[in-house]
Amino acid sequence: MDFPYELMINAVVAGLLLGGFYAAVTIGVSISFGILDIVNIAHPAFIILGSYIAYIINARLGVDPILASIVMLPAFYLLGAAIYQVYHVSFEKRGQEALRSLAFFFGLLFVTEVTLILVFGVDYRYVEASYIGPTLHFGFVDLPLRMLVPCVMSILLLLALQYLLSRTFIGRAINAVAQDQLALQLMAADPVRIKRIAFGVSIATTALAGALLIVIQPVEPSVGRDYIGRVFAICVLGGLGSLPGTMIAAILLGIVESLTSTFYGPSWAPAVAFGFLLLTLAFRPAGLLGR
Amino acid sequence: MRSSTFFLCAAAVAAAVFGLSRLIEYEYFFFAGYVVLQYIVLATGWNILGGYTGYVNFGSAAFFAIGAYASVAIHKTFPLPIPVLIVIGGLISGLVGLGMGYLTLRLRGAFFAIATLALAVVVQTLVTNWDFVGGSRGAYILRPASAPLVGSYIEYLFLVMLVLATIAVSTARAIERSRLGYGFATIRDDELAAEASGVPTLRLKLIATTLSGAFMGMAGAPLPYYVTYLDPASGFSLTYAVNSIAMPLVGGTTTWIGPLVGAVLLGTIQQIATVTISSAVNLLIVGLILIAFVIVAPNGLVGLVEGWLRKRVM
Amino acid sequence: MAQKLLEVGDLTKRFGGFVALENISLEVAPGDRLGLIGPNGSGKSTLVNCICGTLRNDGGTVRFDGAPVNGLRTHQRTRLGMARSFQLPRPFASMSVADNLRIPLIYTVGARAGAHLSASEVEDRCGDLLKLVGLDDKARQWPRDLTQVEMRKLELARAMAAEPKLLMADEAMAGLSPSEVADIVSLLIRLNERGVTIILIEHIMSAVMRFSQRLVVLVSGRKIADGAPQDVIQDPDVVRAYLGQ
Repeated sequence: MDFPYELMINAVVAGLLLGGFYAAVTIGVSISFGILDIVNIAHPAFIILGSYIAYIINARLGVDPILASIVMLPAFYLLGAAIYQVYHVSFEKRGQEALRSLAFFFGLLFVTEVTLILVFGVDYRYVEASYIGPTLHFGFVDLPLRMLVPCVMSILLLLALQYLLSRTFIGRAINAVAQDQLALQLMAADPVRIKRIAFGVSIATTALAGALLIVIQPVEPSVGRDYIGRVFAICVLGGLGSLPGTMIAAILLGIVESLTSTFYGPSWAPAVAFGFLLLTLAFRPAGLLGR
Repeated sequence: MRSSTFFLCAAAVAAAVFGLSRLIEYEYFFFAGYVVLQYIVLATGWNILGGYTGYVNFGSAAFFAIGAYASVAIHKTFPLPIPVLIVIGGLISGLVGLGMGYLTLRLRGAFFAIATLALAVVVQTLVTNWDFVGGSRGAYILRPASAPLVGSYIEYLFLVMLVLATIAVSTARAIERSRLGYGFATIRDDELAAEASGVPTLRLKLIATTLSGAFMGMAGAPLPYYVTYLDPASGFSLTYAVNSIAMPLVGGTTTWIGPLVGAVLLGTIQQIATVTISSAVNLLIVGLILIAFVIVAPNGLVGLVEGWLRKRVM
Repeated sequence: MAQKLLEVGDLTKRFGGFVALENISLEVAPGDRLGLIGPNGSGKSTLVNCICGTLRNDGGTVRFDGAPVNGLRTHQRTRLGMARSFQLPRPFASMSVADNLRIPLIYTVGARAGAHLSASEVEDRCGDLLKLVGLDDKARQWPRDLTQVEMRKLELARAMAAEPKLLMADEAMAGLSPSEVADIVSLLIRLNERGVTIILIEHIMSAVMRFSQRLVVLVSGRKIADGAPQDVIQDPDVVRAYLGQ
């Protein structure tokens, strides 16, 4: 029997594009967990929130979803800053982080999902845009635009963040706060403010990631849960806080998931990410490009 | 009070509860009561790991569902009485807990929590793809026509869960006051210092995950007979994960009383809300209560009462 | 020749690219009073962590009582007879002061091969320890209600409760007044007279000089001096790297 090369190559290409998108989904957690050491497991819920907001704007006003999300970036930033403030006052200052902060974010995840169910119901929602239908063909290789565009946007997002973190004062302060809060204070920068900004940026990314998600696939409230495992698997595998590592790990995961889905069926896909995560945690917690 | 004395007292209370319940003609009471008792076992089991040692398990639904699906699998081969199913469910869940602990307990608390979430999804995916227990279509379980000991089958399930809850609470209390419990508390307070003081933290944590997993599995074992239709969406429902965390946190995580109080309170609220408002709103309420308590009353209701008592003494 | 209690051979520890400890070799005989000094960040606490097993060393060996301990977990080393107190006190906050001491008694002393401590023995030893450090009137209090000095005494007492052969006291006196420092030094000397070998890590030179029979100096992860205190403090390298500051 012929080895299904064409199928496999298409699966790999699809995986590449998917992985690029996964990087956008994960980058916020690379900041909040990788740099700030805050376990925000509610991150995927905010992504779904972003998806629904893109959906409303697209459905009511006909605006392109990705454009809509960029307009929403400041709002999400403020949301992130507000959440960090609550987190800081309730947990960081008291020093009782572990159990309670995890429960806090878990509660947020849950409340967000249930609220979306109450408001929108459990039907799948999707957006309309000019690039959602067409597919580019290169020989036997298919490049669906609805996956290509998010992948490209994701790369742009990562480059923008890389620039932010390495070239601007705020960015370097964010990196510094992860390593030495005292030194930062001596430089007359307020660590709490820096962390608030960083967390705000982290949540702001979910606005864009949410729009990219609903471009790729129809969305309903519980979709976020599939992403918890993916996001943390990529984050850990990529080495906490490393942006290049995040991209590499995301692409790797995307390809493996795509191959699994193609050859074994899509119902096994969620297990891939989580299986990845378990194996990484068990055997190489420092990640591929370990810090 | 010695553990054995406590168990007798608890058994007496349970017997009284059951006796009173026979006077109630309203069958819905047994349906609702079963759920509350189930949550007592689930919350108490969760708390042995989460509250006593401080390691948060987000995958409670997986252990619960393992118990339930073990019962389904056995029911389809060779039906066994419920108490036996409970023991089997507990054993399997306990072993899974041990395995999970072995893979993940060397990790920091946050990584452990994420790993438990991962495990829950992996188990759910495996079960969804296992056609023998119905896969994603679900499985139907017929309740036997007659029940041993009491009148209706639902009364029997209620009685079984009552006994299980008594055992769970007594065990939790016994652990709390034993050397093992002290060891757990040191892990929660400061794991590094615990190791330096000679506490074999990994071994204790493995014991905790095993016991915790076992109780959560036992809570799930009778479920198929209660609901008569079980599919992965309901068996692995996020409701169980949230409740198993919210109930101990609201009640108070450091003692056996906390999960009991939390389960009775939140369980009752949810039963009322589901009937009067809707089940989605009831979940929202639980989530909001969880967030509120975590921020405002980190030691739960037990903590609030203790604080109030201390102020009165001064 | 008397057997060495602790032998550290060529110990190396790296954090990523940063070398925290480089080829540290050290010997401690039973009954010694060793002082370990050096600038902040020189690796003193890291060395203690590697000896106890809290951190895994990247190279070199540690032998305790003649047997290698590489690969043993911290609680196993504690049961063999090593104990340490932490630089920043880490009491068990949800238990009383007395319970803090009961933990090592139950889990270390009671767990040693062939030992079996009855409940009353645990009580007796707990009470003795509390008296020794002067905390017997605080037995039922919570750690958060203790003063700074009392916290440090509790920290030391908890290490002592493990009935160690070797005690490593990590900056137990930082921030204390001179009389409080003298208090702790006498406590440690009394302990040493009972047969406990002690490694004292400290910045307070008066305490170090009064306590140590031998002095080791660590700078930037390397051992630069090891000998009699009077000789070491006059060593030009030591003066330049540490004392001159």
